[in-house]
Amino acid sequence: MEGISIQIVLTFTTILFFIGLYGFITRTNLIGILISLELMLNAEAVNFFVLNKYLFPGVLQGSVFSLFIIALAAAETALALAIIIQVYRMTGSVDVKEVKDLKH
Amino acid sequence: MMSAFEYVIWIPLLPLLTFLLLGLFNRFFKEPVSGYVGTSAMAVAWFLSLKTAITYFFDAGLQNGKYMPVEVFKLEWIKFHSGLSIDMGIMLDPVSVMMLVVVTTISFMVHFYSLGYMHDDEGFSRFYAYLSLFSFSMLSLVLATNLFQIYIFWELVGVSSFLLIGYYFTKPSAIRAAKKAFIVTRFADFFFLIGILMIGYFVGTFDIETLNGSQTIQWILQNQFPVFLGLSVITWALILIFIGGAGKSAMFPLHIWLPDAMEGPTPVSALIHAATMVVAGVFLVARLFPLFFHIEGGFALRVVAVVGTFSALFAAVIALTQEDIKRVLAYSTMSQIGYMMMALGVSGFEGMEGLGFTAGMFHLFTHAMFKALLFLVAGVVIHAVHSNLMKDMGGLHRYMPVSSWTFLIAALAISGIPPLAGFYSKDVILEAAFHYSFIIWLTGFIVAGLTAFYMFRLYFRIFHHREKTYAHPPREESNYMKIPLIFLAVLTFTVGWLFTPFSKYVSPTREAFHYHIHWTDPLVWGSMLIALSGIVAAWIFYYKPTAYPDKIAKSLGVLYTWTKNKFYVDEAYLFVTKKIIFDKISKPAAWFDRNIVDGMMDAIGNTTVWISEKIKPIQSGRLQEYAIYFIYGVVILIMAFYYMNYKM
Amino acid sequence: METILFYILMFIVIVSALLVVNTDKIYRAVLYLLFVLLGIAGIYFMLDYDFLGAVQLSVYAGGVAVLFIYVVMLTEKVGEPIRKIAPFRRMVAGITVILLMALALYAIWSFDFQEVTTKKEVTIREVGHALLSYEKNGFILAFEVISVILLAAMIGAIVIGRTKKSKR
Repeated sequence: MEGISIQIVLTFTTILFFIGLYGFITRTNLIGILISLELMLNAEAVNFFVLNKYLFPGVLQGSVFSLFIIALAAAETALALAIIIQVYRMTGSVDVKEVKDLKH
Repeated sequence: MMSAFEYVIWIPLLPLLTFLLLGLFNRFFKEPVSGYVGTSAMAVAWFLSLKTAITYFFDAGLQNGKYMPVEVFKLEWIKFHSGLSIDMGIMLDPVSVMMLVVVTTISFMVHFYSLGYMHDDEGFSRFYAYLSLFSFSMLSLVLATNLFQIYIFWELVGVSSFLLIGYYFTKPSAIRAAKKAFIVTRFADFFFLIGILMIGYFVGTFDIETLNGSQTIQWILQNQFPVFLGLSVITWALILIFIGGAGKSAMFPLHIWLPDAMEGPTPVSALIHAATMVVAGVFLVARLFPLFFHIEGGFALRVVAVVGTFSALFAAVIALTQEDIKRVLAYSTMSQIGYMMMALGVSGFEGMEGLGFTAGMFHLFTHAMFKALLFLVAGVVIHAVHSNLMKDMGGLHRYMPVSSWTFLIAALAISGIPPLAGFYSKDVILEAAFHYSFIIWLTGFIVAGLTAFYMFRLYFRIFHHREKTYAHPPREESNYMKIPLIFLAVLTFTVGWLFTPFSKYVSPTREAFHYHIHWTDPLVWGSMLIALSGIVAAWIFYYKPTAYPDKIAKSLGVLYTWTKNKFYVDEAYLFVTKKIIFDKISKPAAWFDRNIVDGMMDAIGNTTVWISEKIKPIQSGRLQEYAIYFIYGVVILIMAFYYMNYKM
Repeated sequence: METILFYILMFIVIVSALLVVNTDKIYRAVLYLLFVLLGIAGIYFMLDYDFLGAVQLSVYAGGVAVLFIYVVMLTEKVGEPIRKIAPFRRMVAGITVILLMALALYAIWSFDFQEVTTKKEVTIREVGHALLSYEKNGFILAFEVISVILLAAMIGAIVIGRTKKSKR
């Protein structure tokens, strides 16, 4: 695209990523955390593709990798949601307090 | 010559094997088998020691009028550096062979006697095991070639004594007495050990023959040694060694354990606390006599003489007022050992001057016989009337003739009436003392009179005095108990004139010399006279019940009370230990240990726990917290990487 | 023209993202996520990567978002607000995030990018060939691995998600 330098696009993805990060550490709902995770992954997919397109147009690494990210995100979301449903069945709520049993 | 004596090792070894056998396999040996085993082992040892004595004194040992020491074997055990090592060995010389005979004879008699005395006692086998342990230790002690060997067996003998005093371990008084004996002697042994170490350090050897050799003594006399409080360290070492000996021999002020040791069974008192263990101190001084005599003009020897004389007087006075017959005999032992120490102390070295040494050793020999006899008779009497106190006795001559006659013989011996054994030894001691110092002789002279008096006080009050009706008529029950009495009485009767002059056998230089008892010498008559007057006085006071004793007791008032209470020495000791040592030293030390030393350890532990408690919350289990740590970590890594490679 | 479009899309995406992380209600968060996904798809289309845009729409917006909606419906009362952590902590988190973002942006803007401006479209044919090619630049291995991962995820989700009763 003319007129849009790579740095602008990268700024955009960076902001998106960090918003996702803020959501990840702030949310109390497990699903909310997952949603923030999606934001981060999306931002990264765009990042990879943009770096590929602007700096190394001849190769396909970035593009294919973005594809993989999407596939992976879908798989991981499916698993995470299955776990969340189990947690809900066991404890009746989806608050992040419920999974503290990792603790000593 | 050594090969002629190779069997000597069996003398201490047999009791050791008996101890191991009876001790480890206790459940297989019941009365009377254990008794037979112990007694027969001891009988063989006795026979072997007689054979050794005959061979040594009359056959092989005498060369050119001098007895050569025979080293049967010597094993180097721990070597510190050349010349200084701890060896185990067996050495035969006049003193050690004499001790062999004494120890084995008395031990054999006691073993035999206990077959009757300890009959039906629950711990019969245990008793014989302990007796064997003691015999082994004592025999190894007297055969020692090395100072350290003496020390090791010294301690072992102390352990055996502890075990035997506390034999009736269900009686609290017995346990207390055993502890007291062990602690007091252990305390003395502390000084003994320091003395040994000092000798090893300054002189460079522990070997007794080397130490006593003229070469070593010349070297010591020529060399300059550090001086402490005006005395050479070598003298101090000898004095410290003597303190160890004084503890074992119950010299003042380390005597407090001996009367209490009477809590043990009477055969034990006979063996250990009359004839053998308590003379270990005398043996020690005799062993190192050349050192004691030559170093610094015999200063240490003078200390020995003073302590011995004082103890003799002290004990004799206390014995006058005691009511328990075993206590009287205990103080009598202390007094007689004082005599032996005194004899060694006044002795010279060469030829006739060595008379004191010879007399002291002879007195050890004879004293063992008659003192053991006295104790064994006491045992028979106590067995018959079930009480130790004189007030429960009287008129026993009728019921127990054997005991009565043998006791009389022993009492005459200890009083120094010829032709019984005691005269030949005691009289010579007094002679030697007279040539040394008048005061010492005078003290000895007075003590001889006191000895006769309290001894016959004892005799009369037990066997005559008054007709007492007894609940069950007292009888002499067991032959096992009667035979040793008779045997020892025979010995008491004969060994005196049989082995006089003893200097043919035992002397400081090991050369035989001769002396004679001059029957016309006023000294000789003097000692006999004072003994007789003591006996007569006792007769007057005690043959029939009279008011004299009580009148004198009342008129002496405070003095009498003090004597009866043993001059409150025990109380003084208790005061010092409780008020001073416990309160001022032990309690603060314990407080320090508990609060500061342990406190530091606890503080380290508690601090660690406290730190870990503070760190624990980092692992909160909250997912998002972990994410934050993760992100921070990554950022820091990136920045570090960047900084290192690109130098922003 | 394209620039303006790009900036509008960016604006939508950022605003929706902010709403995603700050809203009270879960259902709304999912919807705002949907907007973000649609915006991202638009960006892909603008960057001449039609294939990925289409995949984004069908997989992400059409699959993952719908999955989210299912789970949200299943797990709680949809209308209820979810709790938020204390304002203080939110502020601290926000400041931290802003600081880190500033750091990243600094890194981006101070770097000298060598841009190559050739307009090259990435076709589905190229991607397809690349995925299955054995040559030096082929992604066959990654492709196979992704297939296995998807299989594992599928099995895993089934196993984790079933109830005790369905064991029979």
